[in-house]
Amino acid sequence: MKVVLQNLTKKFPARGKGNKGDVIAVNDFSFEIPDGKLIGLLGPSGCGKSTTLHLLSGLQKPTAGKIFFGEDDVTDLPAEHRGVGLVFQSYALYPHLNVRQNIMFPLENLKGKQKLTKEQMLQKTEEAAALVQLEGLLDRKPSELSGGQQQRVAIARALVKMPRILLLDEPLSNLDARLRLQTREEIRRIQKTTGITTVFVTHDQEEAMSISDLIVVMKDGVVQQIGAPQQVYDEPANLFVAKFLGTPPINVFEAAVKNGWLYIGDEAVLEVPGVSDREATAAIRPEGFVLNENGKFTCQLHRVEVMGRDITVVCGHKCTENPAIRAIIRAENKVDTACPTVRFDLIRQKVFLFDKQTGERIGL
Amino acid sequence: MEKRKDYLRLERSAERRKAAVKTVTYVFLTIWAILVLFPFYWMLLTSVKSYSAYSSEYIPAFFTLNPTIENYIHAFTAVPLGGYFINTMIFTLVTTALMLVVTVLAAFAFSRLNFKGKDLAFTAFLALMMIPSELVVITNFVTITNWDLRNTFAGLILPSVTSVFYIYLLKENFAQIPDELYYAAKVDGTSDLKYLLKVMVPICRPTIVTITILKVIECWNSYVWPRLITDDEAYFLVSNGIQSIRENGFGRENIPAMMAAVVVISIPLILLFLIFRNKIMAGVARGGTKG
Amino acid sequence: MEQNNRKGWLYLLPAMLFLGFFLVYPLVDVFIYSFEEGYNSASQTYFGIGLYNYNYVLHDPYFLQALKNTFILVAITVPVSTGIALLISVGLASIKPLRNLYQTVYFLPYVTNTLAVGLVFMILFKKTAYTDGLANLIINWFGGESVDFIDGPYWAKMFVLCFYTVWAVMPFKILVLTSALASVKQDYYNAAKVDGTSKLRIFTKITLPMISPTLFYLIITGFIGAFKAYSDAVALFGTNLNAAQMNTIVGYVYDMLYGNSGGYPSYASAAAIILFAIVLTITCINLLVSRKHVHYA
Repeated sequence: MKVVLQNLTKKFPARGKGNKGDVIAVNDFSFEIPDGKLIGLLGPSGCGKSTTLHLLSGLQKPTAGKIFFGEDDVTDLPAEHRGVGLVFQSYALYPHLNVRQNIMFPLENLKGKQKLTKEQMLQKTEEAAALVQLEGLLDRKPSELSGGQQQRVAIARALVKMPRILLLDEPLSNLDARLRLQTREEIRRIQKTTGITTVFVTHDQEEAMSISDLIVVMKDGVVQQIGAPQQVYDEPANLFVAKFLGTPPINVFEAAVKNGWLYIGDEAVLEVPGVSDREATAAIRPEGFVLNENGKFTCQLHRVEVMGRDITVVCGHKCTENPAIRAIIRAENKVDTACPTVRFDLIRQKVFLFDKQTGERIGL
Repeated sequence: MEKRKDYLRLERSAERRKAAVKTVTYVFLTIWAILVLFPFYWMLLTSVKSYSAYSSEYIPAFFTLNPTIENYIHAFTAVPLGGYFINTMIFTLVTTALMLVVTVLAAFAFSRLNFKGKDLAFTAFLALMMIPSELVVITNFVTITNWDLRNTFAGLILPSVTSVFYIYLLKENFAQIPDELYYAAKVDGTSDLKYLLKVMVPICRPTIVTITILKVIECWNSYVWPRLITDDEAYFLVSNGIQSIRENGFGRENIPAMMAAVVVISIPLILLFLIFRNKIMAGVARGGTKG
Repeated sequence: MEQNNRKGWLYLLPAMLFLGFFLVYPLVDVFIYSFEEGYNSASQTYFGIGLYNYNYVLHDPYFLQALKNTFILVAITVPVSTGIALLISVGLASIKPLRNLYQTVYFLPYVTNTLAVGLVFMILFKKTAYTDGLANLIINWFGGESVDFIDGPYWAKMFVLCFYTVWAVMPFKILVLTSALASVKQDYYNAAKVDGTSKLRIFTKITLPMISPTLFYLIITGFIGAFKAYSDAVALFGTNLNAAQMNTIVGYVYDMLYGNSGGYPSYASAAAIILFAIVLTITCINLLVSRKHVHYA
């Protein structure tokens, strides 16, 4: 099912007597979700991603704009009739029902032509349970399940009625690190098996990058960039996106362009032909550094962290707003820790320039 | 060496004091327990003494060797105790059932639905909690009389149905159910009423059971309103029945028969209490008051 | 959550109907009644508007008797029952074996029918031609004279009424205080113990302040409850309380409304409003006093 968002806007009345005007949670959001894809809505908390999800589910109505499922305009269709599956961050399993009853719950609500017999319901429940590998646990109560199992019950419940689209709200945030890795593979697998268009919300960029077909980066209700994960990572549209994606985070410097060279501090670190002279913000990915005794870029060496495959060189520079610069280099490189400074060359594809005021990307 | 002896002495005297305090505590608690239980014992004891035996005891005996059930037979035959019983049962069941419906619906509206004037309405409800029933009973008496409902079950039941406090209690409990459950049910295509009945009510069953029991106790013991609104013995509840037995029944002085009647009407609630002890005590601790 | 006005009010409708008819309307009406002079319940007519009903009630010797009885009852039972309940709860909190049993026993009076058990009390205290009753038996053991507590001197009747009232209100107070005591964190006690604080000091400096909101709640509800005393008196002395000199304000209201003196809703309303005014005043005084002495965590 293709999903189209057209100029979607959601305003909330401001709280408190003092401040007038509305809070804009989602601002003029247009996007077409291709059929059968897994979409990650990514952004810091309060960026409007959860509101977008609620608008998609029908739990909230947009202030302006339209939502289409395929060719149907569902903007004013309430959640009960929209036929979406929604998995909540807290799972929202009914505590008094066992796993089977929880999964079956949406089926019991079907009316008219869609109404199923008891046997059909049980069979569909079994199928959904099998899909998320819960077969042995059908008679348990939610309180008797681990976090990961509860999560899978929630997914099964969302899937059992074959929703037009599947929505997941921070699906992994309540799981511990190991389970998170496992569950995210699981979500990917289930989505591939069923082919249901799926939108999930997360604040964890790694999570979004690892399984999404497309990611949508949001900030303050405004979409910053939409694209395939690698593309967004490699070509961030603005400073916010560059900073938001990547661990360790990108290193940001005050910089200037003079005579076709990028200057950080007094050093001309990279040739940037075709860029006019200006002040700018330079951002360098941690993997954009190459150790070189005669490199053009000099930093104060703080310490070296050994990670096994790589090492991280932690250093300082007067032009950065980061507490420390992190450069990831291969473990074969030897860093002389006795020396107070360390010198690098920069990899062109890993260096981005942004406008100092707007934060928009400047092409190199 | 000296020091060690001191410690030993300290230890011993502390232990002695502790034991003394314990003993005093238990004696005190036991005295109150006896004071509480004694009327129950006395009512049971008197109810199994025969009338002649009781009347001949100038100094009351603390036990009897010849228990009899004749008083119980007497209690059911000489006065319409069975009728009082059935009346009370009907009154209690219908009142409690109506109360539950009204309370659940109102608590749902306050906790889950969003509508204009909700906050104002809820504040008004809270304010109503402070109105003493003594103040409104006068007009209710006139209203029921004007509606020609004296000596009817409708007249007994209607003004006894609502308890603002129970609405408040259940609303607080409903409000603790996470919003996500409601949203999940919505997305799953559930109507509001179905969500209320299939999710909220089962989850809050403990509270609902508690208010049901409290209401049953309240109904079973209600005296003032039934006394005002019924003067036909056919509609007497047990409290009024007891009062009428005391003043007219059994030829005044047949105290063992009176006690048998008292035992009979006390048993249902004591049984209810023994079964639902924890629920009742938890419910009352949360702010129930008597009457 | 989207607004749905009609649905919200629809769910509230049953509650509003019941409350409107039997709580809100009567509340307004009772004030009207109390000002309508010479109201006749048969013809539903009245002569005029004024304070005559209040004047009548305040000069009615039966009302003054009821007022006196109620005040004595309140003044005795509230402090006594709260005090004993506090002692019992502290005792309960300090023991482990048998605690549940005691708690269950103490709660029993709550679930019993006031009228029924009142009858038992009457028998225990009544002196008849056949027997002096159990209470007198015990008085005799200690060398006292027999007294008729039910039809005898005023103080004896008042004593029984107070005794029965305390007996009946204890379960609620013990239960509430016990759960308040249980909610005081053990850490405070342990800290105090380590500091070498004496038991009495722990009680006055830690326990009492910690449970003071509960204690205060009990005192307020105790006052309100005791002012509304009625059924206990009926249970002990029968429905003709005026004759027994044991009427209470609420009893007076009901007697005026319907009873031996028969059908004066105006007087009843005036008396009920006077009672409400007294309760409101006492509660306000309580609230003012509590500001100084109650510690909210």
